[in-house]
Amino acid sequence: MLFDGIGFTLAPGGALQLEGPNGSGKSSLLRILAGLLSPSDGAVSGGGERGFLGHETALKARIALGDELRHWARLDGGETRLAAAMAAMNLTGLAEVPCRHLSSGQRRRAGLARVLASGAPLWLLDEPTAGLDLASSAMLAAAMAAHRAVGGMVVAAVHGDIGLAAPAVLKLG
Amino acid sequence: MFLILVRRDLALVMRSPALWMPVVFFVLVAALFPFAVGPDARLLTRIAPGVVWVAALLAALLPVETLIAPDVEDGTIDQLASRGIAMELVAAARIVAHWLGFALPLLAALPIAAVLVGMDVAQGWRLALALLLGTPALAALAVVAAALTAGLRGGGALAGLIILPLALPVLIFGVGSDAPGALRLLAAASLVAVAIGPFAAAAALRQD
Repeated sequence: MLFDGIGFTLAPGGALQLEGPNGSGKSSLLRILAGLLSPSDGAVSGGGERGFLGHETALKARIALGDELRHWARLDGGETRLAAAMAAMNLTGLAEVPCRHLSSGQRRRAGLARVLASGAPLWLLDEPTAGLDLASSAMLAAAMAAHRAVGGMVVAAVHGDIGLAAPAVLKLG
Repeated sequence: MFLILVRRDLALVMRSPALWMPVVFFVLVAALFPFAVGPDARLLTRIAPGVVWVAALLAALLPVETLIAPDVEDGTIDQLASRGIAMELVAAARIVAHWLGFALPLLAALPIAAVLVGMDVAQGWRLALALLLGTPALAALAVVAAALTAGLRGGGALAGLIILPLALPVLIFGVGSDAPGALRLLAAASLVAVAIGPFAAAAALRQD
């Protein structure tokens, strides 16, 4: 059993930070919220679509970044949002680059751009700033603020500050 | 949704460096058989359908390690599941893409293989029809085995052990397709595999 007796409600525009040492179940809780794992007891309700950023980036090595993100945007019905999402993560210039040439920080930004373009009201971000430089972290903070300003929600597993304004905090472990 | 998934899977198949491997393998097996059993044309013609079918089965198995496992490892399956997309749909799309990627080139290469094992034209057409009916089952079985063995070390070899016995009905009716009614039984066996395949693969892909 990783954790029990956890409960929280997120209002539109709200944000929740999951904190705790490695292995305390932050990622598992995020996967439960994303519908990738079932809790042994308890339930998740509401929230609408999820935009999930996990540790793996789900980018295919041989395909250009722009084509890769366009595929996911097409699945989400968000092709019109894609250009803005790529611009928000400073990826516009990398659209033609095959994903195998991207650095880990760029892959992370690509994963974030996929979440942005999904149009999902609830973002589930697993250590979103891992591998990001300062400028990229600031872009992420701005994107999260803009998302919350229009009623979006963010749940993030973090070590330290990721630039979420006034988040609720849930400590695990 | 389904078409987007198929299109994506096909794009990945097309870019894969292993695209031509099953076909080359198929033709090579057909070319090697005359050397193995000797130049007796009558014997060759008699066993030709069996040779072609075994070659087709092995060709379907060849890319099994790249069918599902990379998507589990790189988080693609997570991304699909977090969007609420049914794994059955994902598996069905994969079966269609795998069939288009291995069976169509195989059918295109069939005339070459048929000449190599000494088939006449009528026999060749019948075999082509049988392959057209039977290869969807091989694609479905390959995707199921790929889903079952994704993430295991040596998954490819295990996938072979899983598929071979399950492919027996297809092989039996496919090789014996000149017997009356065999084509219908082949179609039935193929239909069962294709109908069950997406559900079996989806059950294997679900994580809990």
